[in-house]
Amino acid sequence: MNKIHVTTTVNGDPVEYLCEPQETLLDVLRNQLRLTGAKEGCGTGDCGACSVTLNGRLVCSCLVLAAEAGGQEVATVEGIADGDNLHILQKKILEHAALQCGVCTPGILVAAKALLEKHPDPTEVEARYWLAGNLCRCTGYDKIITAVMDAAAEMRGA
Amino acid sequence: MVKVTIWGSLRAATDGAAEVEVEAQNFKQVMSELERNYPGLQAQIAAGASLAIDGKIYREAWFTPVYPDSEVVLMPFMVGG
Amino acid sequence: MALDTEKREFKIIGTRPLRPDGIDKVTGRALYGADMVAPGMLEGKILRSPHAHARIVSIDASAALALQGVKAVVTASDFSEAKGELMQNILENCMAQDKALYHGHAVAAVAATSETIAKQALKLIKVDYEVLPHVTEIEDAVKPDAPVLRPDRRAKGAPEGTPANITNLSNFGHGDLEAGFAKADLIIERSFRTESTHQGYIEPHACLASMGPDGKADLWCCTQGHYAVRDMCASFLGMSLSQLRVTASEIGGGFGGKTVVFIEPVALALSRKAGKPVKMAMTREEVFKASGPTPSSLADIKIGMTKGGKITAAHAKLRFQGGAFPSGTIDLGAMCAFAAYDLEAVRAEGFNVMTNRPREAAYRAPGAPIGVYPVEALIDELCIELGLDPLDVRLLNAADKGTKSSYGPTFEAIGLKATLEAAKAHRHYNTPLGPNQGRGVSCGFWFNFGGSTSVSMSVNDDGTVAVTEGNPDIGGSRASVGMMAAEELGIPYENIRTIVADTNSIGFNDPTHGSRVTFSVGLATIEAARDAIKKMCTRVAKIWDIDPDAVMWEDGHARPAGENAGNYEPMSLAEIAAIASKTGGPIAGHYEVNADSAGVSFGVHLADIEVDPETGFSTVLRYTVFQDAGKAIHPAYVEGQMQGGAAQGIGWAMNEEYIYGKDGLLQNAGFLDYRIPVASDLPPIEAVILEIPNPGHPYGVRGVGETAIVPPLAAVSNAVSRAIGKRMRALPMSPPKILKVIKG
Ligand code: FES
Ligand code: FES
Repeated sequence: MNKIHVTTTVNGDPVEYLCEPQETLLDVLRNQLRLTGAKEGCGTGDCGACSVTLNGRLVCSCLVLAAEAGGQEVATVEGIADGDNLHILQKKILEHAALQCGVCTPGILVAAKALLEKHPDPTEVEARYWLAGNLCRCTGYDKIITAVMDAAAEMRGA
Repeated sequence: MVKVTIWGSLRAATDGAAEVEVEAQNFKQVMSELERNYPGLQAQIAAGASLAIDGKIYREAWFTPVYPDSEVVLMPFMVGG
Repeated sequence: MALDTEKREFKIIGTRPLRPDGIDKVTGRALYGADMVAPGMLEGKILRSPHAHARIVSIDASAALALQGVKAVVTASDFSEAKGELMQNILENCMAQDKALYHGHAVAAVAATSETIAKQALKLIKVDYEVLPHVTEIEDAVKPDAPVLRPDRRAKGAPEGTPANITNLSNFGHGDLEAGFAKADLIIERSFRTESTHQGYIEPHACLASMGPDGKADLWCCTQGHYAVRDMCASFLGMSLSQLRVTASEIGGGFGGKTVVFIEPVALALSRKAGKPVKMAMTREEVFKASGPTPSSLADIKIGMTKGGKITAAHAKLRFQGGAFPSGTIDLGAMCAFAAYDLEAVRAEGFNVMTNRPREAAYRAPGAPIGVYPVEALIDELCIELGLDPLDVRLLNAADKGTKSSYGPTFEAIGLKATLEAAKAHRHYNTPLGPNQGRGVSCGFWFNFGGSTSVSMSVNDDGTVAVTEGNPDIGGSRASVGMMAAEELGIPYENIRTIVADTNSIGFNDPTHGSRVTFSVGLATIEAARDAIKKMCTRVAKIWDIDPDAVMWEDGHARPAGENAGNYEPMSLAEIAAIASKTGGPIAGHYEVNADSAGVSFGVHLADIEVDPETGFSTVLRYTVFQDAGKAIHPAYVEGQMQGGAAQGIGWAMNEEYIYGKDGLLQNAGFLDYRIPVASDLPPIEAVILEIPNPGHPYGVRGVGETAIVPPLAAVSNAVSRAIGKRMRALPMSPPKILKVIKG
């Protein structure tokens, strides 16, 4: 099988990889680039654990072919903090104990960041609907929503 | 002698008795006396059984003392999620 | 076990510090089951039965083995004989033997140089099946002509005429039912049904196994209990325990479903055969098809009540379906059914039946939600019939200290009444409802366990402390364990690092289940700290040349006590640690125990639900959880357990179910069709913690993890029933089912 050569950027860094035509972006991120922050919870677009952004748009990386990422800007959970400085969302998720097992957390962070970039002042209901594609089985979402709303308020104030 | 309450589905092994008396000073002796006097209980005890002693559940604790006035209840081996 | 006085002033316990694994988890650095790699590693995949029930006549793997890149194929014959019935059942669930017992049952596995090749190889394995008649529903499995899965698994000592698929019988209770019912002013008897649900952890099972030619092996996996994984795998592979080291990865949820093994022994067998590390991860479809759902159930409940609301007698007949193997969960369901009440005459009896479905696995308070739901639903119906307040009726009948429980023992101090009173006084209970809205109430109960536990801690030269424990941390337990160590040692929380060690590094630990970790590991941590403190005091006594008993520990310092008080400058932990090598060598504390006396826990939930009468669509408007947590070490994570359990219970009540077709095949093995609650399905969930200390723990800790999944099933069902003015008696209450009852 001939592999496809792809040039792209991930979290601002130039990246090249060879992928099989059927391989997903999630596979390449995890298995080739060793960016294992995005998780495979379902592989069918139902859980959001694999959330990344492509040119700023929130996508399930399990539904994106690795070949499609060529020439685009991919952003993953690994790129959210600025070096040692956590993003406000990361701080708020921690402060509010908005994670238990934490396996949904990377996806939640990527999705919430995309939300606040688009809608800096969401209502609680809007935040719940925006995050409806990110399953969390541990928390009942209460603390996640509180953390996102708190982060939104702080980001607007800052 | 200590009175031990036997749960319903095991009473076939105790001639229908809901409560039996055994000579025992601790958890282990209760279990071995039950097995000795009521061979029908052996399968359950081997598969796993707990004892509630005065309201506390002990799953495996051979040397936990029991006294003549202790409330001792045989229970299934308990697991959680 | 030394117990502290009731009123201890805590410095750290009860605060909300950040968890030690937090940064790793918000930056994507934390390593879960599928995140580990090894040089030269192969990918493993499992071939699963396309049939519900079939004899495996032969398996021919020659074509698969001939494919380039395929390094090993294993089947049942590659495993050792497991010891004892339970172990045999677990092994057979990992790999089918002479028969495939359910749709998705593993029949063979392959390891290859890539996932793509492994998948191709699966298609080349030829299995000759003789398809057998199947049965997936309780009603059908007990019929005289039902297909029998394994005749030798019928319940031992079962009376003549017991159907052959019945594997377990259960019967608990006391008192004279007939006399009790005779005293009732109203007796209602109803039938209920619940479906199988899945734990739904977001991380599928995953592992990396590596066995060398010398028979030594390492296993990395996501599990609630790596010691249990070691014991099971070693048994299935014929290894000694010391040859297999298991390391628990970070775990992406378990809820009971990761207390047994599925793919781990298979990965080890493949690695042994291939001579290379093998990584395996289940797909979500495999998780649904072949890892543990709960039992489904049918229940007949009969309760008698006086006009004033006193329950005079109560009877439950429960029938559980626990998949293709025996299951004792029926016992837990029967024991929990009436545990919240002080009853003179009560009996809960029932059985478990085998069907062609995956082996049932524990799910948070296993059995309790299924046993409690129909009872709490019927009590609600009685309350309506008699015009009584549902909380008043529960308060009137509530179990208390000294109550002979429905499952036998007499309760010690318990917090049910306080919990009910808190619910009654809460603003939620007094918020007015609008049209098409209903409020549901339910109690819940769980036992909580302790179990075998080992903790060790080393005092480092710089005055920091390393705590080593052996229980996978699913919901922040490293934080609460670190807090207890810091509290007892009298040093800042930040000076402690708690890690979960592999099976070679510390003594045995029961899995993270039964709500045991904060209780048992906490207890062992406190005792390990006391052990280290004793050693430090002894060192200081030598330095001061006084009697060790004349040195006391306070606020992280050794101080002269008694008649020596004030004679010497107190020494801090850091000062003692810095000169440890001069005073006798490294300082460490450890403690090993089989901890009992975990203390039972009760919860009360309130649910407000609005139902759209046109569509049957229901919306949870308000939800409040009240639970006795004993002492809450880290209240935020206690609240999290209460909220998370409630959300799972709401999902169970409203949407989640395994759906089998007439062909015996699972029809909804994915998150799209097996719908768990999403953020927009739920309202804020308020958690009200009551702290009634458990006398069996030095700080008063009770388990909190499981109870919260018990009440939602009935709380939601009662709310929906009150909203529509008709009774729902089956779960899940998806919109079409509600609509049917409204229209019916
Ligand atoms: S793994 Fe992509 S949505 Fe679940
Ligand atoms: S914290 Fe476990 S799935 Fe969200």
